[in-house]
Amino acid sequence: MFSWFGKVNFTPHTKVGRFADYLKDGRLMGSKCTRCGRTDFPPRADCPECLSGEFEYTDWSGRGSLMTYTRIDAAPTGFADMVPYIIGLVKLEEGGRLVAWFGESIPEAEIEIDMQLQVVPRVFGEIEEIKVYYTLEKPGTTWNKTPA
Amino acid sequence: MTRVGIVGIGHGRFGRRSDATVQELAFEAFREALGDAAIGREEIDAAVIAAVPEYHKQRSLTGVIMEYLGLNPKPAWLTEDACASGSAAVRTAWMAIRSGLHEVVAVIGAQKMTELATPEILALMGRVGEVQWESIFGTTFPGYYAMLARRHMHDFGTTKEQLAAVAVKNHYYGARNKQAMFQREITLQKALSSPPVASPFQVFDCCANADGAAVVIMASEKRARKISDRVIWLDGLGSATTSMSLLRRPTLTSLPSAVESARQAYEMAGVGPGDIKVADVHDCFTIAEILAYEDLGFCEPGQGGRFIEERQSYLGGKHPVNVDGGLKAKGHPIGTTGVSMTTEIVKQLRGQAGERQVEGADVGLTHNVGGNGQYCFVHVFKKE
Repeated sequence: MFSWFGKVNFTPHTKVGRFADYLKDGRLMGSKCTRCGRTDFPPRADCPECLSGEFEYTDWSGRGSLMTYTRIDAAPTGFADMVPYIIGLVKLEEGGRLVAWFGESIPEAEIEIDMQLQVVPRVFGEIEEIKVYYTLEKPGTTWNKTPA
Repeated sequence: MTRVGIVGIGHGRFGRRSDATVQELAFEAFREALGDAAIGREEIDAAVIAAVPEYHKQRSLTGVIMEYLGLNPKPAWLTEDACASGSAAVRTAWMAIRSGLHEVVAVIGAQKMTELATPEILALMGRVGEVQWESIFGTTFPGYYAMLARRHMHDFGTTKEQLAAVAVKNHYYGARNKQAMFQREITLQKALSSPPVASPFQVFDCCANADGAAVVIMASEKRARKISDRVIWLDGLGSATTSMSLLRRPTLTSLPSAVESARQAYEMAGVGPGDIKVADVHDCFTIAEILAYEDLGFCEPGQGGRFIEERQSYLGGKHPVNVDGGLKAKGHPIGTTGVSMTTEIVKQLRGQAGERQVEGADVGLTHNVGGNGQYCFVHVFKKE
């Protein structure tokens, strides 16, 4: 049941499961509490402010800046075939943060803390098992949707 | 207020212990702690086991340890707070004693990690991050601390040499600790030329998975004074949590749980950072010790790199830290570590640390972090 989004991701089986469907359509969605209006990324079903369980999805631009990063050379089980890979922690323009890999548009030598980034949704057979995810790319990079 | 004291300590050899089961490891430390306290098993009213269970083939470790140590039918329970499980156990023992429910409690840290291969351990530890939004990108435990290190370097100019200097210090003292996994000194050059793990970390920026056990026997003030004339008192306890994921951390250059734990522990013990003569801190990675200097108030925020460069955490420095070798040289059997730290501070305050002794140590501290800051415990110990 955990197979279609990310290596072990179970978001489709959570209260914010439609995040994955939106991502497949190229939209990066956060959540907005319909009672108090608080927004969150990653999306969450339960408002930490007013405790409401009612929310709607709202579009995030995917624009952000790099807070920090690391290049993983010693991989955990399941990721050995990808080594080395670079993980970035990104502060998003509309609020919230995410962790993701760097994509092809940014070589390692160009990575700098505080650089501007574009989070790009992706659907691929390019990495086995991973059907939907997102990568960190140069600003302006658009999503080249590949037919599933 | 009635106090709670440590009356006995025991510490087994840390390392790759394919020669022993986890209960056999526990016995090594338990035997020594009983001898140290000069009491019999029958005087122990309850036991708290500190371990992170998922590393063991054996399920429900508490049962097998209680049986092998001959502690049945005394009550026992497990504490788990990732790498801070040991200090969580010390805290619950303190609570059990102060509540009046038990008089003498054995805290038994026992962990055997090397039943698993390193990539499996990396996967398990990586999941101490947030599995829904982070682990899917192959985050690892070194990777998390590496990201904190990268930001610290960016904001404060901390260097890779300063990070490596922490490892050099801890190996220097590990070479003088018979229970340590790595009992040899290293050079800065050796640390800086070791294989990459998670940039900016290389092998020598990381502690090693290890097997090993440690035990402390704690007692109410009344019983402690009957058992021992060299009781070390646990007078300050602080503990706090912070977000599981880096996605909701208020800062990347400090562990907020550690800052808050330290504040509570100092206040409860009626001391300040300047009073701490010796400290054992959670150096799972080199940056973690630098953050600890800052979070505990041994130096100003951002100055941790300079603190180690100036050798302020060596014997003779402003605040000797991890003069037992720390996690880096001792090895890090994760459930045991907080108990191991406690035994070292007790030794130091008793004046039994041999060539590693901090002269005139009368107040000491342990700083034990779970995960990458999700949990923290700071304990302040006093000699009379």
